[in-house]
Amino acid sequence: MELAFVIEKFVLITAIFLLSLTVAAYSTLAERKIAGYLQDRVGPNRAGWGGMFQPLADGLKMFMKEEIIPTDSNRFLFIAGPSLALLTALLGSAVIPWGPDLVLGERTIPLQVADINVGILYIFGIVSLGVYGLMIGGWASNNKFSLMGAVRAASQSISYEIPMGLSLIALLLVTNTLSLREIVGQQHGGNWNILYQPLGFILFLVCSFAETNRTPFDLPECETELVGGYHTEYSGFKMGAFMFAEYVNMFVASAVMSTLYFGGYNYPGMDWVAGIVGPMIAPLIAMAVLLLKIFAFIFFFMWVRWTIPRFRYDQLMNLGWKVLIPLAIANIVITGIVITVYDKL
Amino acid sequence: MDTVSGLTDDLTITAEGETLTQQHTVDEIRTVWVGPENIVSTLLHYKTLSSKPFEFLFDLCGVDERSRAGKLISLTADFTIVYTLLSFERNQFLRIKVGLTGNYPSVPSISGLWPNANWYEREIYDMFGIVFSGHPNLRRILMPLTWEGHPLRKEHPARATEMGQFKLWDEKEDREQEALQFKPEDWGLKRKSDDADFMFLNLGPQHPGTHGVLRIILQLDGEDIVDAVPDIGFHHRGAEKMGERQSWHTYIPYTDRIDYLGGVMNNLAYLLAVEKLANITVPDRVKTMRVMLCEFFRIASHLVWYGTFAQDLGQLSPVFYMFTDREKIFDVVEAITGGRMHPNWFRIGGVSQDLPQGWDKLVSDFIAYFPKRLREYHQMVMRNSIFKARTVGIGIYTVQEAIDWGVTGPGLRACGFGWDFRKKQPYSGYENFDFDIPVAQNGDCYDRAVVRVEEMWQSLRIIEQCLKNMPAGDYKADHPLTTPPIKKHTMEDIETLITHFLNVSWGPVIPAGEAMSCIEATKGANAYYLISDGNTSPYRVRVRTPSFPHMQMLPYISKGYTVADLLSILGSMDYVLADIDR
Repeated sequence: MELAFVIEKFVLITAIFLLSLTVAAYSTLAERKIAGYLQDRVGPNRAGWGGMFQPLADGLKMFMKEEIIPTDSNRFLFIAGPSLALLTALLGSAVIPWGPDLVLGERTIPLQVADINVGILYIFGIVSLGVYGLMIGGWASNNKFSLMGAVRAASQSISYEIPMGLSLIALLLVTNTLSLREIVGQQHGGNWNILYQPLGFILFLVCSFAETNRTPFDLPECETELVGGYHTEYSGFKMGAFMFAEYVNMFVASAVMSTLYFGGYNYPGMDWVAGIVGPMIAPLIAMAVLLLKIFAFIFFFMWVRWTIPRFRYDQLMNLGWKVLIPLAIANIVITGIVITVYDKL
Repeated sequence: MDTVSGLTDDLTITAEGETLTQQHTVDEIRTVWVGPENIVSTLLHYKTLSSKPFEFLFDLCGVDERSRAGKLISLTADFTIVYTLLSFERNQFLRIKVGLTGNYPSVPSISGLWPNANWYEREIYDMFGIVFSGHPNLRRILMPLTWEGHPLRKEHPARATEMGQFKLWDEKEDREQEALQFKPEDWGLKRKSDDADFMFLNLGPQHPGTHGVLRIILQLDGEDIVDAVPDIGFHHRGAEKMGERQSWHTYIPYTDRIDYLGGVMNNLAYLLAVEKLANITVPDRVKTMRVMLCEFFRIASHLVWYGTFAQDLGQLSPVFYMFTDREKIFDVVEAITGGRMHPNWFRIGGVSQDLPQGWDKLVSDFIAYFPKRLREYHQMVMRNSIFKARTVGIGIYTVQEAIDWGVTGPGLRACGFGWDFRKKQPYSGYENFDFDIPVAQNGDCYDRAVVRVEEMWQSLRIIEQCLKNMPAGDYKADHPLTTPPIKKHTMEDIETLITHFLNVSWGPVIPAGEAMSCIEATKGANAYYLISDGNTSPYRVRVRTPSFPHMQMLPYISKGYTVADLLSILGSMDYVLADIDR
């Protein structure tokens, strides 16, 4: 392994790590700003211009707060919970292709941390692990509200992984590959997967809301019933870690949806632009386009949160098991038939 | 006060053919005296009269008669218990009094006749120490379990300064700590059933979903509610006791804070009773001004309910729009009264000030502005399918159950019974207004919401009529007991100057008597039952609030639903903790 490779990967990993954290931090500001605009008020605007430094102030506040660990809790697991949640959230972005190959002099650098050929499975596995943080944290708190939140988180997560996985199977029938890089490559030139898998995309979108615990599926934290759900007993930065994990998850879910269904970093007229600006700048523009798509999804997450009520627990389960799973299976069957017929012709 | 005789009909003759003693009261409500041994049979008789029964237990309260000046000579009771019944078919109240002698007397419980008597009897026990024999769970309800004494007894101190220095001895601390221990058996809850161990969830008194300091003990099987026991009293401020220390005039601001979303609506309920006692007829302008302000507060209160109900179900934005609109209402209220949530604006015999110049512009601006918003909210909340899924078919009760449990207001009208005191027993000139009584049929959370939303439209109609037809005239009645008195005469002769001086310094002396008012407040029927023994302050103030019986019904309507549904039920109930605990 040559040194340059290590350095470029290290730089890339650091960049993506910082990007994830920055996006998550500014998502909290965006959330409050968007909530403000949707609710006829201004939102935070005291720290810096238009509230620019609000995330820094929030982060500082989180660190300065007293760390409270309930005496009756399991101390180790109580700390492990939020750590695990944040860790798994950050792992997800490793397989996202952020742009076409960057050409620096004689080196071609892929803008992807790991181009593994089971990219989708990797993401799927990481997402499933995410719920352990919530479960462990909620259980270790030794609080009934936390416990109920944890139980809800576990069953919700498990239930919605199934339609999520099934909608991916339909997508795989179309793409014939598990590598995210290849999937993005296939979508070059406006050939986006959303055109072939509209239903699959909607299913995946709904499941993403459930997996990230966002309204209308925010039952694990559900303020009016469970106070704070699994994070009721948390304070200071451990609370911040849970919150950060939620925003990082949202970022990763948006990135995955953009990659799988909306062409990733592809955009119309991409080759023409690349011809003009050259191979050094073009990948950065493509990356910016991907980020734009991601921000659009994040905005959508927030827009929904401030618009609609939440489901009741049994309604959530019914939706998952009785609506989404049958639809996902139907989607696979239809996709399979169409592909078979198309291949025969 | 005197007893009346002669007037005998089916109300004064018991099932056994005995003729009951009647008492004349200022408010013309039929009042009969019954012996403590016959109370259950008499009430059963009234409840089951073959024609037009009194099927609604409107209120139940106690009075400490021991230091009352000029009480009934023929009836020398130490305590009285007052049962107020309502017959919908007759459109008539009936007051039944039981005189009790002794220091800590006992009377049979009627909790078997009306389920809502349960909490009322506990309240009387808590406040007076009167024991209700046969009561299933006679323990304190508003005061802390470790409280010593019974606050509404005349010998109980009314102020902390009369109670001596507070010392928290070790034994006292241990006793208080011991009382805080949660034992399911104390609440009548079993720890396990044949096939499940129950989980007890302590919801409140600090909880984001309870809208105030309310504690609900939930017995859960998974997420299903096996039983729910409300624990109230955290917001108890002794409003009734304070009434006995305040002058008739200075008690008005206390009423503002009982249903603190209803603002001047509380003033009205209190003042209607005072004005009955003082025999004051207020000018038409006063009546219309009062109605206008009350309807503004009805809209303001319903807007708070609307927003917080949606918020309880996870819809976080509407509450901001609705509070913005509530601010618009407060702008109008502030311009007229100078206050916002608690304007304390009505006075005995009138209102504080005349309407300011330009009030009509403010009101007509609001009338032009608000309908568009209401339609938008309807789209946003009422037509939202998740909102419907969370509320339709949840927390159902029938008309009969509502009547048994003492439900009034929108909760009663949501199950198809269009009873509204503004129409049925008009007060303050409501008979002159053209408005409808919204009714829904199913009695679930969604229908209660439908009724309240429609009520806002009707309130807007009433305000519009007030605007168009505001009568000219005085803003205070020309009556010696009007407080503060009209100033213009005082500079002319010494007699009115003296009256003015006394009324302002001591407060008015209201003639002896008893009167009850009843208004359709924002949350249901609000009634003030006032007893005067001819003094500068009331002898007894009884505040009958709608939220108290509504909250009592909670266990009955929430069993079998999930925790999430409980929040829908609480939200649709529209209660205010100060209105429950007073």
